[in-house]
Amino acid sequence: MANKLNSKKRGPWREVWRRLKKNKMAMFGLTVIIILALVAIFADYVAPYGFDDQNLMLRNQFPSREFPFGTDNLGRCILSRVIYGSRVSLTVGFIAVGIALVVGGSLGAIAAFYGGKTDNIIMRVVDVILAIPGMLLAISLAAALGPGLRNMMIAIGVGSIPGYARIVRSTVMTVKEQEFVEAARSVGASDLRIIISHILPNSLAPVIVQSTLGVAGAILSASALSFLGLGIRPPEPEWGGMLANARQYIRDYWHMTTFPGLMIVITIYSLNLLGDGLRDALDPRLKS
Amino acid sequence: MYKYILKRLLMMIPVLLGVILVIFIIIEITPGDPARIMLGESATDEAVARMREEMGLNRNIVVRFFDYVIGLITRLDFGVSYRTKQPVIGEIINRFPTTFKLAGLTTLISVGLGISMGIISATKQYSIFDNLATGIALFGVSIPNFWQGLMSIIIFAIWLGWLPPSGSYGPEYWVLPALTLGTSASATIMRMTRSSLLEVIRQDYIRTARSKGQKETVVIIKHGLKNALIPVLTVIGMQFGFLLGGSVLVESVFAIPGLGKYMVDAIGQRDFPVVQGGVLFLAISFSFVNLFVDILYSYLDPRIKSQYKKDNKETAKKDRRHKEVLNGKQTQ
Repeated sequence: MANKLNSKKRGPWREVWRRLKKNKMAMFGLTVIIILALVAIFADYVAPYGFDDQNLMLRNQFPSREFPFGTDNLGRCILSRVIYGSRVSLTVGFIAVGIALVVGGSLGAIAAFYGGKTDNIIMRVVDVILAIPGMLLAISLAAALGPGLRNMMIAIGVGSIPGYARIVRSTVMTVKEQEFVEAARSVGASDLRIIISHILPNSLAPVIVQSTLGVAGAILSASALSFLGLGIRPPEPEWGGMLANARQYIRDYWHMTTFPGLMIVITIYSLNLLGDGLRDALDPRLKS
Repeated sequence: MYKYILKRLLMMIPVLLGVILVIFIIIEITPGDPARIMLGESATDEAVARMREEMGLNRNIVVRFFDYVIGLITRLDFGVSYRTKQPVIGEIINRFPTTFKLAGLTTLISVGLGISMGIISATKQYSIFDNLATGIALFGVSIPNFWQGLMSIIIFAIWLGWLPPSGSYGPEYWVLPALTLGTSASATIMRMTRSSLLEVIRQDYIRTARSKGQKETVVIIKHGLKNALIPVLTVIGMQFGFLLGGSVLVESVFAIPGLGKYMVDAIGQRDFPVVQGGVLFLAISFSFVNLFVDILYSYLDPRIKSQYKKDNKETAKKDRRHKEVLNGKQTQ
């Protein structure tokens, strides 16, 4: 009896968390991301050297006890640069997705809630942006706006707006037909109130999954833009930018290429593991 | 059938106009006066003013947009390079076949690899092979293709010496670029094939086919795969768009003289009309690929076409919803 009461008290989110905890791969991903975030926040304490500490006597050193990832062509510690680089990557990843989520989500919610002409106009605009492959749109925007952290976040964010608009629209469309929305309306709640406090919380699941995977995609795009010279300007370290620099030395110094790329892969892989795990945990069809 | 294709073509026009508008706006917000950049820093103000008049930069923005569209349609005017002062389209036409060849070859590899791995994984769900393949596939969508390219140059060209590191002088030069570009596409197609087939083989008609005593391979291929293929086809079409975007990076890594490398070189020289012209050209080709995929649908699934005849609006809506569901499922 007591057990039954307990299980009734558990909210839907706790249920999701319980299911997510069972998924070892997803938990592994979550752990790695938390560690990465901590490393990025406390980079000043974690990194053995500054990101721009040059030592021309120690150029192109292979990995050693002193420099675990070796040094680059200016004698800078690659490990330290990789650690500082995680700041840029994580910032771009989360803020670009934040931009896309706020703009795309509101557009999708408005389109679904009002329907008809509003819906048609918004979704046709979304279709147009979707017709341009994301990477190409980001390149085009970044080329126009110029390099820099802020412009990079805008360039990547704009390209992801359509994805969120579509997902939010389709979930809101199913949610708004349900009785509790009608109930809220019948007691006189305003449209804005209905959207914000009744519809959005109930359409969160697919958005959370999409956002987790979206952060991964945004980090990937950010490193690609920096690799092309459209992202962060040196000496500020960014994983893609470090790879662009390492390219000239690819014949002789493998370590300069290997480690920044490995960091990208580990980050993206962890986010994808978490995203996949969240999808399984949130999918109501799998509820037993 | 022709009617269906014609209708699809007509539906494409507003989207294409929209794409052109987006690129036009992006060109507009690019800082710097194109006339001054064309003439160089030393040009006098009068010369710049004359150039602005000649280029029609002083006219109303709406007029300029229509001029831009008309120029695109009648003269294939994708812009003029700042550096060479030549129309961008000449270079695009020279180089696009290379990019298309790379994207096509990659699509072939990834479709073959992705679908076959997906079938095996789905039929042997939760087996060692399935776990391994899904793990590798997730890794495949996580690896940035430009880094994979650099690493495969280090391993296969510099250390092992099996393949040439860069350039494009023969078939052996295509192996590393195609494999690099194909990794994430194969992985995405594999994941989609697996989940789509898993859904299909739970259906009643598969049980019916099995209970008739049909051979398992026939059940999977003829009854299962054929019905599972539509979402896979959508993903393949979308992957082609990613490939066109990805080719920009991979061509640059392997020094393949395609459209992508042309654009990357232009980025380095701040030759923005080339970048925007290239993006516009690739976006338009992507739209045509999607049209082709849409037409393929109707071959694979006659229901789509016949519904189309009966009631256009209703089917178009359904079609869109179908795609939305897929977008939700797609991970990349």
